[in-house]
Formats: sequence, structure tokens, C-alpha cells
Amino acid sequence: MYWNEEIECMSKEQMCELQSKRLVDTVKRVYENVPFYRKKMEEMGVMPEDIRSVEDLHKLPFTTKMDLRDNYPFNTFACPMEDVVRIHASSGTTGKQTVVGYTEQDLEVWAECVARGMTALGVTKKDRVHVSYGYGLFTGGLGAHGGAEYLGATVVPASTGNTSRQVQMLVDFQSTVLCCTPSYALYIADEMQKMGITKDQLNLKFGCFGAEPWTEHMRAEIENKLGLEAHDIYGLSEIMGPGVSMDCTEKTGLHIHADHFIPEIINPETGEVLPEGEEGELVFTCITKQALPLIRYRTKDLSRLTWETCGCGRTLPRMEKVTGRCDDMLIIRGVNVFPSQIESVLLEYGQVEPHYMIYVDRKGLLDTMEVHVEMTEELFSDAVRNIEAHEKKLRQRLESVLGISAAVKLVEPRSIPRSEGKAKRVIDNRKLV
Amino acid sequence: MTIKQVSVFLENRPGRLAEVLGLLKENKVNIYALYVSDTTQFGILRLIVDQPEAAFAALKENSMTATLTDVIGVSMQDECGALYEIIHTIKEEGVSIEYMYAFAGRKGTNPAALVIRPADMREMIDMLQSKGFKLLSLEEI
Ligand SMILES: [Zn+2]
Repeated sequence: MYWNEEIECMSKEQMCELQSKRLVDTVKRVYENVPFYRKKMEEMGVMPEDIRSVEDLHKLPFTTKMDLRDNYPFNTFACPMEDVVRIHASSGTTGKQTVVGYTEQDLEVWAECVARGMTALGVTKKDRVHVSYGYGLFTGGLGAHGGAEYLGATVVPASTGNTSRQVQMLVDFQSTVLCCTPSYALYIADEMQKMGITKDQLNLKFGCFGAEPWTEHMRAEIENKLGLEAHDIYGLSEIMGPGVSMDCTEKTGLHIHADHFIPEIINPETGEVLPEGEEGELVFTCITKQALPLIRYRTKDLSRLTWETCGCGRTLPRMEKVTGRCDDMLIIRGVNVFPSQIESVLLEYGQVEPHYMIYVDRKGLLDTMEVHVEMTEELFSDAVRNIEAHEKKLRQRLESVLGISAAVKLVEPRSIPRSEGKAKRVIDNRKLV
Repeated sequence: MTIKQVSVFLENRPGRLAEVLGLLKENKVNIYALYVSDTTQFGILRLIVDQPEAAFAALKENSMTATLTDVIGVSMQDECGALYEIIHTIKEEGVSIEYMYAFAGRKGTNPAALVIRPADMREMIDMLQSKGFKLLSLEEI
């Protein structure tokens, strides 16, 4: 079953032709409307006329998360603010968030991408879609919501939290599709067990799980516990949000909506484009976005690409399930966390040369984060309550900057190992097997 | 009249106390009293020693977080009810204590003592002296 058969089953030649036309338009538009891109292109000596087809893509400059921060909040937008109808945001590498915007048409494209992906699983307007991604600045909730609604399904905008009530709704409404992070899906299964509810009392058929790394092992576990087909949905707010790609009934990679996003795989060290099938950093160029058409945006996600026709009949290129990151970003309970954010909190707290270590673990089914900070002269006091007050204040500041809670533990000076060169800041004990 | 107490930050992990005590031994510091205040995460070790400055310097040299804190030593008779009398007076006078601990003193020579860290040092000293309690110097402990 296809949502847009013409596009989803288009030959590679036709797809390249469509991409080329859209790329040329986009490059011209960003050159004219976004001073940041004009400057970047001029520095590289590339003019819009130099880009005639997708073959010329490699001539264009990359865009990074840092560029978005430098142009905070709206300076990378390519359309007038009055045409922007929605803002979303995600964590930045330091204090500031990364802000993204959408025009009405951008939202419609987003909804169609999600609708295409859900249709590929077998979801129809007769389905009931329970969305347990967070609603708000995070793209997960509203992204899945918009797609399911566009498809004509019945949407239950449950958002996150109050898991027992969510389980009760799944039973009462007999929803057929569940959208959430894979770890939350397992958490729901756990809650069901506590409540004495079996998977036979639910009516779930499909799951669209994403926003954090997960494994085939977790896929099997979720399928077994919830009695559904578990699918992978990929996306990032800078490009659009969830739905940039999604796997199909074959579960052999995620189909990328290449008519909207041109994927590349590059060597993260050199920036050189790698041949089909090789592993490297995923890079996307948005060729239909009006508000934020990013050029060669470096996702820092590691994957590989194939243009081979899929068993489901789609010719859309597929990316392998993301296997890791080529930076130090952590994904904790679906939220992006950068060690540099933690460092900025400590610096603001008056720590001149902060020594810290981040411990990530999965206790039961939820990710936990504990930040160890070395005790200093300034923080130390003879009174227990003063030290506890520091811990509490640090905890509050971290939570407000990171958007998720983290435990803080003050440890003895010099107890965190020093390393020459790049310091090791993270110990991730989550077993992703 | 106050006494310098050495306070040391300790993580709650096995062997840590032994390391601190070993260091004091190496530096020939004699401990008169020791009190650990702990939470689930960390502890603060409080020490009355014969050479607080030397102990403090040795700890710093070994990258430990320590501080010198002023506390009051109050002399007590080593007999039933002596501690009660001091605490009762403090309560009656409405002066507040952050923490306190007591030790029995050395046989025959020095008296038992109560160590007090008050909320307000001046207020506590004036009150205790006006009520006739004897405050101790480090040499008298
Ligand atoms: Zn497929």
C-alpha cells in the first residue's frame, strides 16, 4: 500500500531529475534570502549558477548545529517571519537551543512524509493512533500527530507521563498504533504487567518508535510484550522532525523521502562523500522546505545508504538503522544532551576548570543520568546543609538547561581521572544489545 | 575562646577514612576527637587534633578538600548529668547549635569536653561564660 506511489516508486533517474530541479531552486533561494548562506558560498567561491544538478551537491558548504546557534534564533530562515506558522526547538551544544521554523506548506510536507511512512506499515484512516511522544517544542508529539491526522486516522494525543492512565486508554480506546520512544514502549509494557493487563486486552498492531537509539533486540522485546509490529521512525528537527525516514514492513532499512531530502554519507573526518553502502555521517539537504531549507546539514548520525529497490516495491533510498554518533551527544529519555551543556552550567556556577563525569545508565527501563562534580574549596563547607544546597542548586540548573533531570554527586578532588588531550566525559552503561 | 577543628570532605566509599587517618599518622598528628556527619552521598569528617594547622596543610597537599572551622570546647565533669546541665542551659537561653559532639577526656589529667559549633559564635561564648561554664583552649584538651 502506497500513499504517493508515483514518488515512492519512481526510478532513480527520475528522482535525480526531480531532486536536481528542486536543488537548483533551493540554492538560488537561500543565496538570495539567507545572508549566512550567501556569505558561506561566496567564501567558497560557489555561485548559484554553479549548481545545475545533484551531481554538483558536493560543491556546496556544509551546515552544522553550531551554524544554527551562531544565527540564533531566526537568522537562518529563508522566508519572511510572517509566513512562519510554527516554531520547534531542540537542545543546542551549549546554553542556547536550536530553533527551527515551518511555513504552512512545510507542515503539510511533514504530515505527508509521516503519512507515507505509516501507510507503508499498513496504517489506514480506520486506525487509532496513540501518540505518547512529548508535545511542545520537541518535534515528536506534534510531528507524529500531524502525520496521523493527515492520513485520516483517529489521533489520541496522550503525550508523556501518567503511564497507568495511558495503559487504561490503550485498553478503553482499543488504539491500533502506538507512537513513542522505544524505551517508553517498554515502560508501558512494564506498567501493564503491574496493572495485571495482558497484551490480548490491547488492540495494538503497529508501533512507530524513534527519537533515541535502539536495537533489534529491543525491537523483538517490544513486539513480544505489546503484540505489535515495531517500526523505526527517524528524524531531526533541523531537517523536519520525525518522519524524514521510516522503515517498512520489510524492516530492512528506513526509506528516506528523497523528493524532499537529499541524503549523502560522508567521511566525518574529511567531509569527503562516500560511495553507496559505506558507513559514515549522514548529511541531508532540504530541497522543498520554505522556512528552513538547510544545505548539507551534518546530522552526526552514523549510517549507510542503499538505492536498491526494497522488497516492499519502493525505490526510495534506504538508510540503515542509525548505529551511533560521531560526536559526544547523548540521547537520554529521547532528549539530546551534550556534555558541553553540562560544562556551561558548571562554568556559570563559578567553577573555573570544571572536572566532571557523566554516568548514564538504564535502571529498569528508564535512562538515568548522574553528574559527578569534583568538590572544590569554594563549594566545600563544614555544614552538611550547605553542601546539599549546592547539590540541589546544580541539579535545578542542569534540569532547566537540559530539559531532563539529572542527579548530582559531589566527589572528592582529583577523583575523576585526568586525561591528556580530549577528556573522557561520559560513561554510558546502558546495554544496547 | 575557640578551638580550630579540621573538617574534611569524604566520599562514601570504602577505605577513604583509613587514607585520611594514615596521612595524619604520617604527619604525627594526634587525634583527640573525631566525628563523622554523613548523608547517603558524602560525609564530613570533623577532627579535634593536637596540631590543626599541620593537619590541614598535610590534607591540602594531598588534594583533599578540608577547612578549619572555629568551635567551642566546654569543660565538663566526667559524671552523670554534666552534659545535661550544659544542654539544658543552652535550651533555656534559646541559643542555637549547628552541631555538637562530646568526648570523655583523658584519665586523671584533662576533663571531659563538649564541642559545639554554634549558629552565632559571640552569643554562645558570652552566654556560656556568663553562666559560669569553663571554655577550653586546645592546650587544655
Ligand atoms: Zn520498503
